[in-house]
Amino acid sequence: MSGLAEKLKAGRFVITAEVAPPKGGDVAPALKTAEKLKHVDAINVTDNQGACMRMSPVAVARCLVEEGFEPILQLTCRDRNRMALQSELLGAAALGIKNLLVLTGDHPRFGDHKASRPVFDLDSIQLLQGIRKLESGFDMAGNALISSPGFFVGTAAAPAAEPQDLVLQKIRKKIAAGTDFFQTQAVFSRTQVAAFSTAVRAEKIPVVLGVVLLKSLRMAEFLNDQIPGVQVPQDLLKRLDDADDSLAEGVKIAREMVTWARDLCQGVHLMTFGREDLIPQIMTE
Amino acid sequence: MKDYQAVFLVGCGSCATVCKVGGEEEVFATQEWLEECGHEVTGSMILDEACHIMRAAREIRRFRDQIADADVLLVLSCGAGAQSISDCTDKPVLTGVDPLFLGNVRRFGQYEEKCSLCGDCILNETAGICPVTTCAKGLLNGPCGGMEDGYCEVDRQQQCAWVRIYQRLEKQQRGVFSRVVEPKDWSRKFKPGKHFIDRCSGKNSDL
Ligand code: SF4
Ligand code: SF4
Repeated sequence: MSGLAEKLKAGRFVITAEVAPPKGGDVAPALKTAEKLKHVDAINVTDNQGACMRMSPVAVARCLVEEGFEPILQLTCRDRNRMALQSELLGAAALGIKNLLVLTGDHPRFGDHKASRPVFDLDSIQLLQGIRKLESGFDMAGNALISSPGFFVGTAAAPAAEPQDLVLQKIRKKIAAGTDFFQTQAVFSRTQVAAFSTAVRAEKIPVVLGVVLLKSLRMAEFLNDQIPGVQVPQDLLKRLDDADDSLAEGVKIAREMVTWARDLCQGVHLMTFGREDLIPQIMTE
Repeated sequence: MKDYQAVFLVGCGSCATVCKVGGEEEVFATQEWLEECGHEVTGSMILDEACHIMRAAREIRRFRDQIADADVLLVLSCGAGAQSISDCTDKPVLTGVDPLFLGNVRRFGQYEEKCSLCGDCILNETAGICPVTTCAKGLLNGPCGGMEDGYCEVDRQQQCAWVRIYQRLEKQQRGVFSRVVEPKDWSRKFKPGKHFIDRCSGKNSDL
């Protein structure tokens, strides 16, 4: 079992963070970021994030394993069909990668390879089902495997997205398909965090709450305009605007969200955008 | 076109006319343009339906003299129509259109893609709205994380297909679409598609 799975099953509060694979053939920049994440329980490795081509996350995740970190391999359905995804998964298992976050993936229209052909042979739920099938000893076409992998598989959730009924419907499908945990988009309202955790509590699926370090008012406004399912409310915008030191205010806001997570969720996923050094400050109780 | 002097023009009276790329008007305008550019136009015709292989071959035979005088045929229809023509002449055939999609017509000049002929239709479960085509990612199990206030990540002017499906199912009191849909059977979309209806028995088969 993965370390992350053990901790969540034991009811421990976990911290995850994120490393983006480098745009180049040398893994060093990713490892340098990881060095600053010594205190987190697991590190997400993004998969051609924002539809921008970068190093394979499987390679980066393996390098993290070698350095003693615990990666969460993100896998999207944008760039690979079901054959490629399954063979990638078997490869990941062979390389000692135990945690996954399966995602549908951003459309290439917004990335750096606009002319590429989007795949989306599967969606995140079908990929999750495919993983459960591999674990049961068969591939998605029903052929027997000679050895079956084992993964701890998370899916994404956007608790603030509307229409809520429809969003919850998809969450229920993810639960039915066997998600082991949820990692959420950033949520800036305690009510929304509470509503979401109530909705999934009955199923006992751990929720790792997305917490963004708002470094400035500009960044908060950017999130509101550009990132689907993320809303920074007016009162927080005002606090950032009024503060003499908006970064310090951002740390304070993040700390409040960590407090909600301690009450309502099983962990936090920290997105600090280059300020990994502030993680200890955000996490102090 | 610069490699060819004499041109025979072919339009199509069906979709290419509706889409204003290969009807009488466009064929005429193309003829004028070609002549301005110094080409000779040996003749032109508008097929009823360029995609009907046998009929296109038959209709085009009536113009065999004008075609014989041409160095090239320029077809203003979809790629399917252009291939009916390229199959029934030894002359080089060029196409003047980049076809985009099989579209519904909303009103004059407004076309919308609704079906991508996937061979494994799910419309009966999705309130008659196709997620394979009208969701930018073709997702079968509900909205992606890119949906924002009911609008699509890929086109902010466009409602998310899953919101439309959801709203219509609710309105018809058919409940929310909750079944986890299996991965699609893309083997039904084998390329190139061929289909055959037996004249006597009326039986369908994929050849
Ligand atoms: S599911 Fe969509 S693309 Fe497939 S046949 Fe039906 S309408 Fe056409
Ligand atoms: S927002 Fe809706 S329509 Fe657009 S890609 Fe996502 S699921 Fe499909």
